[in-house]
Amino acid sequence: MSYKFSSDLETHFQWLLTRYPKKDAVLLPLLHRVQDEAGYLTPDAIDYVASRLDLSPGRVKEVASFYSLFRLNKKGKYVLQVCHTLSCYLRGSDDLIQRAKEILGIEEGETTPDGLFTLERVECLASCGTAPMMQVNLWDFHEELNVEKLESIIKGLREGKCANPSYVERTKQGGVA
Amino acid sequence: MTQKIRAPHPKEVRVVLKGMEDPNSFTIKAFQSHGGYEAAKRAVTMEPDAIIAEVKNSGLRGLGGAGFPTGVKWGFISKTPTKPVYLVCNADEGEPGTFKDRQIMEHVPHRLIDGMIIAASAIGAKTGYIYVRCELRLAIERLKAAVEEAYAAGFLGKNIFSSGRTFDLTVHMGAGSYICGEETALIESLEGDRGQPRLKPPFPAVSGAFGGPTIVNNVETLCQVPGIINNGAEWFLKLGKGTPRAAGTRLLCVSGDVQSPGFFELPVGFNLKTLLYEVCGGPNPGRQLKACYPGGSSSPVLRADEFDVDIDFDALAAKGTMAGSGAIIVMDDRRSMPEMAMRTARFYAHESCGQCVPCREGTKWTYKMLKRLVHGEGTETDIKNVIDACQNMAGKTICVLSDACAMPVTSLIRKFPHEFEALARPDSEVKPALPRVSGQLGALMASIRERQTKA
Repeated sequence: MSYKFSSDLETHFQWLLTRYPKKDAVLLPLLHRVQDEAGYLTPDAIDYVASRLDLSPGRVKEVASFYSLFRLNKKGKYVLQVCHTLSCYLRGSDDLIQRAKEILGIEEGETTPDGLFTLERVECLASCGTAPMMQVNLWDFHEELNVEKLESIIKGLREGKCANPSYVERTKQGGVA
Repeated sequence: MTQKIRAPHPKEVRVVLKGMEDPNSFTIKAFQSHGGYEAAKRAVTMEPDAIIAEVKNSGLRGLGGAGFPTGVKWGFISKTPTKPVYLVCNADEGEPGTFKDRQIMEHVPHRLIDGMIIAASAIGAKTGYIYVRCELRLAIERLKAAVEEAYAAGFLGKNIFSSGRTFDLTVHMGAGSYICGEETALIESLEGDRGQPRLKPPFPAVSGAFGGPTIVNNVETLCQVPGIINNGAEWFLKLGKGTPRAAGTRLLCVSGDVQSPGFFELPVGFNLKTLLYEVCGGPNPGRQLKACYPGGSSSPVLRADEFDVDIDFDALAAKGTMAGSGAIIVMDDRRSMPEMAMRTARFYAHESCGQCVPCREGTKWTYKMLKRLVHGEGTETDIKNVIDACQNMAGKTICVLSDACAMPVTSLIRKFPHEFEALARPDSEVKPALPRVSGQLGALMASIRERQTKA
């Protein structure tokens, strides 16, 4: 087993344990932090989390696989998730997805060969009044999008510039989970 | 990215969103400068029964969508519990079209804490959780910062407001599952399990989180409570239609084909037509409104000629639909209704937890058949089978997700039959996705259905 909590995460884990009457309840918040650190929930990480919570790895994986925002596979550095539910559809999300496919040269669910981008369609993300929207890496919302804005976001990410600077600030502080 | 802060529309009455125009509205200082935490301070010294009575008299109803009277719900908690009581805030806002709780948490997170302290005092809870969907990172950051500020100020933790009461509050992140907005699924998820709804009874008020009596309330519901404690039940009644069934204000979220979509806090009973044509600027140039979902994507649609209706639980129920989560998704005359039905069904098929067969299979087949139809490969039988599948899943599962899929889909087919028929090809040309069940088995199924309807 090669995965271990970082010292920050160890402190956070001990704090989490004080917040719930049952140890199992820390599983979701903990998996979020593990995913933030490791990029995705590796088999190693799942085994390790299970051993720390006295659960079977199967039980941890059962839970992790239920929730759509836990990743069990490696994805691109930037995961672009375009909402395609009703309000975003009405405001043109199909055009965004089409354009993203053209720019990146991949289909939905695929990752670019350089490992930089993964493109996904997702269901409603509570930005219906500012539709259409896309989130980058689970926490960077881009709203009131159009094809031009999408192009500039992807261009910015390619050049290592994050379109939404607050995202960079937040991740520097180790995420918020 | 936070949403632009817009000055309130002249018709708006901001109670829950009061003070949100202040750029620092999310800080404890700004919140207290608008009278924040006065209600919680009073409530911790009040008799629990007095708080519950005030909320009951106010007519406050569950604003997550169910509309259950909040005071009555709180009254279900035993006065002599044998296990710790929990208060859980449902902030897993996921109904398509809904983005109201997000505004509250991003702009006035302290109002939620204010309301939760009052609710906890009423039901005797010493521990509370806010279950937030994890995509709303800004909301989570601000909530967490607000909780820290409230602890530092002595409003949370031990001996809150020097009253001797304890209330600990933790922000808990979900992980992208719509069904966790169902209260028992939310509890399962909070306990670290797959978010699959539980059989009821026992109801959460008897046995909920960690086996203890639990109250689960929506963000907006809890945020209405401080106003009621500060100003009294009578004030709240008068904000709305003046009756206990339609009191107070509500956050309405308008999205889709209108000129100015957005969120608006309006008196309960506000006219839908006025909202869409005046407050939201009506249809885009050269277009006409065609239909809308009046209460999130799970509500049966209204045609444009049915828009003259008050937005409250009872008035919309009388029109055969529901007020739901207050999310209005508007469609104009460009829109294909089979396409909307397909996209609605796709959402529910994706979000079905897979626990009950009628829902797991029903939502997926509904989606598949509508997809065939939209792609010009569907038949007349497919349309009948969609209705059949919807009738056979609604009301036959542990939770109401299957109903949430069946209601809008069947309403779209019933209200716009010609659009579906126009896409369907005769059965002689294409094989239907599913064969029509006929013969003896079909007769048997029909008789079972008939008996169920009678029962």
